[in-house]
Amino acid sequence: MSDIHVDLGQAPPARASSGPRKIVIDPVTRVEGHGKVTIRLNEAGEVEQARFHIVEFRGFERFIQGRMYWEVPVIVQRLCGICPVSHHLCAAKAMDIVAGVDRVTPTADKMRRLMHYGQVLQSNALNFFHLASPDLLLGFEAPVAQRNIVGVIEAFPEVGKWAILIRKFGQQVIAATGGRRIHPRLCIPGGVNQNLTVENRDALRGDVDQIIQWCCDALELHKRFVHAHEALHETFASFPSSYMSLVGADGAMELYDGGLRAIAAAGTPIFEGVRPEQYRDYLIEEVRSWSYMKFPHIRSLGREDGWYRVGPLAQINCCAFIGTPIAEAARKDFMAQGGGGPVHATLAYHWARVISMIHCAETIKQLLFDDDLQGADLVVTGDRRPEGVAIIEAPRGTLLHHYQVDENDQVTMANLIVSTTNNNEAMNRSVTKVAMDDLSGHEITEGLLNHIEVAIRAYDPCLSCATHALGDMPLVVTLEDADGAVIATRVKE
Amino acid sequence: MNPSDLATEALARSRGPATPGAGSPPRVLILGYGNPGRQDDGLGPAASAEIEALGWPNVTAYDNYQLNIEDALDLAEHDIVWFVDAARAGPSPFAIETLEPAATLEFTSHLVRPEAILAMAQQYYGAAPQAFLLGIRGYAFEFLEGLTPAATNNLQLAVAMLKRCIGARHPLVAS
Repeated sequence: MSDIHVDLGQAPPARASSGPRKIVIDPVTRVEGHGKVTIRLNEAGEVEQARFHIVEFRGFERFIQGRMYWEVPVIVQRLCGICPVSHHLCAAKAMDIVAGVDRVTPTADKMRRLMHYGQVLQSNALNFFHLASPDLLLGFEAPVAQRNIVGVIEAFPEVGKWAILIRKFGQQVIAATGGRRIHPRLCIPGGVNQNLTVENRDALRGDVDQIIQWCCDALELHKRFVHAHEALHETFASFPSSYMSLVGADGAMELYDGGLRAIAAAGTPIFEGVRPEQYRDYLIEEVRSWSYMKFPHIRSLGREDGWYRVGPLAQINCCAFIGTPIAEAARKDFMAQGGGGPVHATLAYHWARVISMIHCAETIKQLLFDDDLQGADLVVTGDRRPEGVAIIEAPRGTLLHHYQVDENDQVTMANLIVSTTNNNEAMNRSVTKVAMDDLSGHEITEGLLNHIEVAIRAYDPCLSCATHALGDMPLVVTLEDADGAVIATRVKE
Repeated sequence: MNPSDLATEALARSRGPATPGAGSPPRVLILGYGNPGRQDDGLGPAASAEIEALGWPNVTAYDNYQLNIEDALDLAEHDIVWFVDAARAGPSPFAIETLEPAATLEFTSHLVRPEAILAMAQQYYGAAPQAFLLGIRGYAFEFLEGLTPAATNNLQLAVAMLKRCIGARHPLVAS
């Protein structure tokens, strides 16, 4: 249950503006990492800048060092409770390179793809139904007590069924490919350790058409929200930006493999066809003193202009087409919102996410009718190499794993650029936009809190999510004057 | 409250009205969650693994890194549910809390609360299992595998308590 506590008792008397002031939003998270939003005001009391602080995975990179390289695809699943499969697959692709394998067998490739599309489907479903639909279907201003998944189920009973059963189907795909739904172990360097049994194939075939239909139904429901709130959808937490994602060699939307493409806000290409091992020629990871997170940006555009967005919105903006028919029709409808260029609406992440769900479900169906999944040629070998880099489109966007391995087969260096890191600057800008639009005076209203959360939910950041020890997760908002004195504090449990 | 008192209290709570079929033992679910790669955060999975290893009929135990909405399906198929998590603060060796359905909305999908899963099970499936949150006290949460000795001791006491509580409601186990 969410409780809002307003504490103005310790606030000093309001004073005339004498310099920059800060509003600090500090969710002391239940997970290990802390998230915090700081809103800085200028001399005139207007919002100047906002920063969303979160913790990333540097500690985990050290944890990987010293491990045997073939262990890594299993170990990295502990990075994230929501998308362990994405890390499993990305690490496996990198270790293919280390194992001297440039191309795995068709059966291995398709087993991995099946697992990946099942993972992206169920993760996007969690975001859309559990996290986004209360805001979208019940309204941003709906009472907190009702604005949750149960409130959605009450108002839209079918949505609850879609949410749970689409998630369940995705988990079944993961279990069928990885041996179990939790901690799956499909991949080994150079291939996979099992194919898809006919029994599992037939069971999934029996359900997949219904899953596609429910995804389509969710899209129609979401479009009703968009069309009923066109101005809000267009402007909320929004701004033009560059985008980056994998695409296929033919420009198709590609979530498992391909080359990196980046486009500018106008839709013009910045780079394309970039192979994983070239990433440092095109991207720079900058460290800033006030954040644990790195700030990757496009090398050729520099620090100020080189930031970009990743995730479902980027995946659709960057691709030339989607290779499955229903999702492609949905993409064309979606892109019409951009008037010939990219769609920049931050809330459009959700629309794009549902299109991605449709694409995943369609792709799963295609794979389930491909006999290669019952093939027996699972692994290939090659000559060991000292280094491997791989990129995959995880549910929240581009994910990169880079490893160096010594002659004893032990990892000596690991560098991960996770999706949330790629979206770091964009999240700051969305929170800034919300603060500029909604902050009035010195009061931290529930409306401001709500809107900041809505903006963050669009990106669904990963908050160093591998730890889940019991604890509180309040959202603490503090308004400070130029001298750092607290004007007001607001806590959302 | 010492461990014995905590267990007694939990046992009393678990003797409340449940609605299993007449004459059949209640269906018990142990859902441990946390990350074994973060030291004591693995307490939940370790507890569920110990219960699973017992092979008791009508007792299901599994673990995950975190709770997910589809867990509502599993909840709906059980009469008693124990959520088992590591606790970063609070009493040692463990604390027990009775849970009621309560939906919440977070700003990240990386947190789904047990109360929300219960609310979904109740709202959508009409299921209202008795639910408890068992928080086993942990002390270290760095990127290392293995529980600390103090957490291991807490785990043993917590699992012993779980066995007594499950056995008390479970004729096949009690015999």
